[in-house]
Amino acid sequence: MKSNTLILHTAALFIMPLQLMFSVFLLFRGHDEPGGGFIGGLVASGAFVLYAFAFGARKTRSILRVAPRDLLAAGLLFAIASTIPAFLTGQPMLTAHWWELPLPGDNYLKLSTPLIFDIGVYAAVLGTIMTFVMNLMESDE
Amino acid sequence: MLLAVLSGFLLAIVTPALHRITGRYIGWTLAILPASLTAYFASLIPDIQANGSLMLEYAWLPGLGIDLNFLVDGLSLVFALLISGIGTFILIYAGSYLAGHNYLARFFVIMLSFMASMLGLVLSDNLITLFVFWELTSITSYLLIGFNHEDVEARKCALQGLFVTAAGGLTLMAGLILLAIMGDSYSLSEILSSDMALHEHAFYTAAVICILAGTFTKSAQVPFHFWLPNAMAAPTPVSAFLHSATMVKAGIYLMARLNPSLGEGELWGSALMLFGAATMVTGAYRAFSSTGIKNVLAYSTIMALGTLTMLIGVGTELALTAFICFLVAHSLYKGGLFMIAGALDHETGTKDITRMGGLRKAMPVTAAITCLAALSLAGLPPLFGFIAKELLFESLLDSPLWSAGLTTAAVAAAILIVGVAGLVAIKPFFGQVVNTPKSPHEAPFGMLVGPAVLSVTALVFGLAPFLPEGALLQSAAGSVKGVPVETYLALWHGVNLPLILSIGSLLLGLALLFRWSRLQPALYAINTYAARFGPEAGYFRFMEGITIVAAWQTRVLQNGVLGLYLLLLVAVTFGLTGYTLLSHHGFNLTLNLGDSHFYEWGIALLLVVAAIFACTTHSRLGSVASMGVLGFGVALTFILFSAPDLGITQLLVETLTVILLVLVLFKLPEFTNLSSPFERYRDLAVAVFAGGVMTLLILAALDIQYFESISSYYIENSAPLAYGRNIVNVILVDFRALDTLGEIFVLSLAALGVLSMIKLRAEDQHKL
Repeated sequence: MKSNTLILHTAALFIMPLQLMFSVFLLFRGHDEPGGGFIGGLVASGAFVLYAFAFGARKTRSILRVAPRDLLAAGLLFAIASTIPAFLTGQPMLTAHWWELPLPGDNYLKLSTPLIFDIGVYAAVLGTIMTFVMNLMESDE
Repeated sequence: MLLAVLSGFLLAIVTPALHRITGRYIGWTLAILPASLTAYFASLIPDIQANGSLMLEYAWLPGLGIDLNFLVDGLSLVFALLISGIGTFILIYAGSYLAGHNYLARFFVIMLSFMASMLGLVLSDNLITLFVFWELTSITSYLLIGFNHEDVEARKCALQGLFVTAAGGLTLMAGLILLAIMGDSYSLSEILSSDMALHEHAFYTAAVICILAGTFTKSAQVPFHFWLPNAMAAPTPVSAFLHSATMVKAGIYLMARLNPSLGEGELWGSALMLFGAATMVTGAYRAFSSTGIKNVLAYSTIMALGTLTMLIGVGTELALTAFICFLVAHSLYKGGLFMIAGALDHETGTKDITRMGGLRKAMPVTAAITCLAALSLAGLPPLFGFIAKELLFESLLDSPLWSAGLTTAAVAAAILIVGVAGLVAIKPFFGQVVNTPKSPHEAPFGMLVGPAVLSVTALVFGLAPFLPEGALLQSAAGSVKGVPVETYLALWHGVNLPLILSIGSLLLGLALLFRWSRLQPALYAINTYAARFGPEAGYFRFMEGITIVAAWQTRVLQNGVLGLYLLLLVAVTFGLTGYTLLSHHGFNLTLNLGDSHFYEWGIALLLVVAAIFACTTHSRLGSVASMGVLGFGVALTFILFSAPDLGITQLLVETLTVILLVLVLFKLPEFTNLSSPFERYRDLAVAVFAGGVMTLLILAALDIQYFESISSYYIENSAPLAYGRNIVNVILVDFRALDTLGEIFVLSLAALGVLSMIKLRAEDQHKL
């Protein structure tokens, strides 16, 4: 499935990167404002689906670079990795750990295991939806 | 100790690599482990003599009260020594017996795990851990029995063993939990040392029945005995181990272990005596009437298991001493005899006793060892089996209950077993030379060392019974009794009634043996006839019944009509929910519509119209679109009631759902109406019912507050504890992250499921 309309092509080229950036923005601000890994993952998959509608499944796979199901596995690995610090310190599973990285000026970067976990959720959601969409589209071709 | 139990599993992991290094010496190499375990357990003997028992504690799941505590006392040490000691020779033997087998490494992996599970079982102090090891022995023995997995018969037999023992395992679990409730502890040592009168507890009968069902299936008591002879499908080293020291002895161990706690009730003693005696006689008779050498030995094991059970049931000091002696004697000769049987099969190419004869010239060493072991089996001096049998008779004559009946049964079994011993030792080795499929010669050293050592041990124990007695048997009998026991083992007791019974049974047994060839056809006919009504026939009928029920319920419930699945799911879920709602809450609802705004009404109207349109439209695209409208309406509601995260998620999910539906829309067949008007009205009724219940539920939820709401906790602690202001996200990734973790795993599984469905279909189309 691939559309030949110029408007969709042009729009997709502009919207997709913006939407991807927006999804990462949602992911990182999620702990304090509406957003998070789940929503971010959905927005990112929306971006790729839009691209897929415009340019077809094969091109989408090539800009995605990794197979969707690897993305899925990577997501699960990230989520599991976020349990390691608590495991090493002998705390109950998934106890949050926080680290603050000083940045130039008076700023701090908040890093934490919930963030790693959320990245995992993001990748898992993106991987799931892209698995669905890519395979459904390719079964036509 | 923890290492001692788990080392078998650890070694199993590296066995395949080890096999590549050591090649044909793998059996000898691996045998180092059980040999050193034997030494380790033997080094614990002085401690046990001094202190009675030893407790080694390791926390495992302290939160659930499940610990890896090990209880070492006389009884468990006897078992541990038998398992590791005989295990040593079995591994050496297997290395030689299965030399060059393709799956040799796999065999040793399972064998070592099996041994380790068995050790864990007899040493565990915690009932749950014990049960885990118990099930592990069932599973590993399943793999061992079915080791020749290309053989249909072996697979069937393995499955039968698994079904019988696993079904017993389930009841055992129930029994152990009841026991723990009665004794108020999951620790065996605490239950055993408490002075509660368990037999007066209301659960006593239920617990005893459940536990006995478990031990009887495991230890092949009548009527569950049929799986054991079938387990002969396993390679011989497995049979030798299974019969002599492991698996079937697990049930015996547990009965002996629990005897001090449960033995005071009448049910315990009488059940054990009845089933034990029945098993003993059945086993002895079937052993005598079989012709395959492994079958003969298998049924004689059943006879021994029956005897052991019966002796626990009698429960006097003398009987328990006899129990321990018989246990040790049986393990020593049975392990040896099975290995010999394998060697005979290996060297002559047949298992049928009627096709062997005069082998003593070709296999002199084998013949000598067999005679020694068979003497112990028949219970003749000066072997340890004799002492055990004398004690058996003496304790039965002395039994407080059913003395005459039990003694008669034991004498009958003894007569038959003398015949069996003759079958095993005399028939193949003496008399005329019979041509065998392979020309016989002496078995290799690795296959003879085990039987030789075990038989000589039986001889030494017989000549010097004070050796094992002083070291362990006395304290083991004490563990079974619950109080210290004085034992007096001696080869020569003087001329008394037991001796006369022994001599009588020996003579009658020999007389039977010489008529065996003539009796055989008649016995065969009887067995074939009886097999039609036996418990094994019952087992097959039961399995067939299960298949029929499964086929019926698949036809009715899993018939592939998705609409029906949905209907049943929805009807059952909402039926139960509705019932609970009405019975707990009634119908009193308060609905306050006063402060609602006009735009809320607008959204509600939009939702209702979209829903009705989705149900009634004849265009698929139309229904997809109106479902989308529904979803967006819900998202709007979320946003209105200030749940932005939910609103965004709902919007995105709706969008993607519509996209996915559009992707598959073209592939779906024409929108045809397959259901009759009746079915449509039925579906409508269920749908309206489900919707109604859901509405009532939500309205009721506004009213009822069973517990203090947890949301206030999240609101207060989100920022201070989790450094996040977005409560929804904090709940997702921190407070309830484990739920989310589970959810993304489910998500991934769903993705893989869809992937495989699409891919499989695509491949099917390629083939067509």
